[in-house]
Amino acid sequence: MKTARERVAFWSVFSLPFAWTVLFLIVPYATMAAISFWTRRFPTFVPDFQFGNYIQLFTDPQYTTVLLRTLKIAGLTSLTSVLVAYPLAYFIVFTVRSAAWRSFLYLAVIVPLWVSYLLRAYTWKIILGTDGALNSLLLSTGIIDHPLDIFLYNQTAMIVTLTYIFIPFMVMPLYTALERIPKNLIEASGDLGVGPFLTFVRVILPLSTSGIIAGATLTFCLSFGDFVAPVLVGGPDGTMIATVLQSQFGAALNWPLGSALAVLILTLVIVVLTVSRRFDTARVDLV
Amino acid sequence: MGNLAWWQKGLVGVALAVLAFLYLPIGILALFSFNQSRVISFPLSGFTLDWYVKVLQNGPMLHALGNSLIVAFFATLLTVLIGVPAALALDRHEFPGKAAFRTTVLLPLSLPGIVTGVAMLNFYKQIGLPQSLTAVVIGHATALLGVVITQVMARLAKLNRRLDEASADLGATPLETFARVTLPNIRSAIAGSALLSFTLSFDEIPVTYFLTGREITLPIYIYSTLRRGITPEINAIGTIIVCASLVLIVASVALLRERR
Repeated sequence: MKTARERVAFWSVFSLPFAWTVLFLIVPYATMAAISFWTRRFPTFVPDFQFGNYIQLFTDPQYTTVLLRTLKIAGLTSLTSVLVAYPLAYFIVFTVRSAAWRSFLYLAVIVPLWVSYLLRAYTWKIILGTDGALNSLLLSTGIIDHPLDIFLYNQTAMIVTLTYIFIPFMVMPLYTALERIPKNLIEASGDLGVGPFLTFVRVILPLSTSGIIAGATLTFCLSFGDFVAPVLVGGPDGTMIATVLQSQFGAALNWPLGSALAVLILTLVIVVLTVSRRFDTARVDLV
Repeated sequence: MGNLAWWQKGLVGVALAVLAFLYLPIGILALFSFNQSRVISFPLSGFTLDWYVKVLQNGPMLHALGNSLIVAFFATLLTVLIGVPAALALDRHEFPGKAAFRTTVLLPLSLPGIVTGVAMLNFYKQIGLPQSLTAVVIGHATALLGVVITQVMARLAKLNRRLDEASADLGATPLETFARVTLPNIRSAIAGSALLSFTLSFDEIPVTYFLTGREITLPIYIYSTLRRGITPEINAIGTIIVCASLVLIVASVALLRERR
């Protein structure tokens, strides 16, 4: 900020975004944090400063069970996403020769990311249901003789659905990381007599760690707070933290506790993002 | 493909299977929107367009669709009006707290929407703003600001700053420089990110869920219908949404990829 003229130029572009961010982002988060310390006096709640809501979250088994389950499901979703997305990203970067095909395939992978999230979760409900597409297909082909109810309303269904939803988020940073590996490193490894498998383990995999971390971070953070998939395919066994949070603002009518849960998710996400940023994360281009 | 090693062939197989995994469910969604039976199961019972006719006759659903379009339009307008200046400030100026501002404004992108929704609900309650479509528009604009900012910044970073200096040296005012030098160069990035923002706002659930009042958007309508049961009518409206989204997204990507 040297001259008055520069200052005018700066504030002419910055004042609106700054005011908006303070008013509609920082203040709401701060309000939520404040309310998480309030006390519930049914049917309403009063200003206070006490840690009861947080203590309840960490001691009441009703909440700790859900919290641990959510961590588990988000963790497993990240893991399966890596396992599924890695071969695809590898294939696009190293096996496809033509640049036009490469960019077409990359687009084909990331486009679903922006297509209605609700409908992508819904379609798994109709696929996995007791009289759904998968069961009826197995029945009509004679593989099973009565519909199975093992597909829907369990944790596996949630992991399948969430993995499906978040694969593109995983492929994006993996693609970026793999694409940055100089091709001559791989050739050099081959020239030195190292087989393709060892080349993969010793050269490609270590150099793509940043992509794995970036993708797993995003997948973990977003699936941790997901609340549509649990409702559609999760069933009672698949209740996640977001479902509990939602009921605090609905039927349970305990906004302070719900806010404490939201602050917990917020904190966890910020911690995960900060830790993963310490590694050299692959920069993700949205497209 | 004849010259590929066995493991490369295996890899091709896995990659194609994953691609199928990405598109097959969307195909199933569309398939059953044309199936006669009310029950969504195989074998297919015959081709029909009845479910689409039902959608066109469903007043509440069409009303919700209208609401969604209005919300997405105004939310997108706001993200552009606020996001473009924010991108300019971040790209062109150094100021104290720049990194913190950048992190804060982009945070909602990697945060589960439910957190932003709950934060805004708490805030609205305190200032006395009722749950309404206006509340939803503000929520969407805030949550999606990062989409416009990241895309416009990426484009600005590629521009040659000398152009701005040259324009100033030739006597143009900053506003003229923006309108005649900067804007033409970032126009396609703005349009592309606006389309993306529109699509995302149109489909948004977690923020909307907490902020909407009596007037609801289409995703909320579908979401509450789904809790009661599933009907091929949802497949029909879903197929329409998916097709429209695909068109908008492909257009958006084409605009964002345009390199000058």
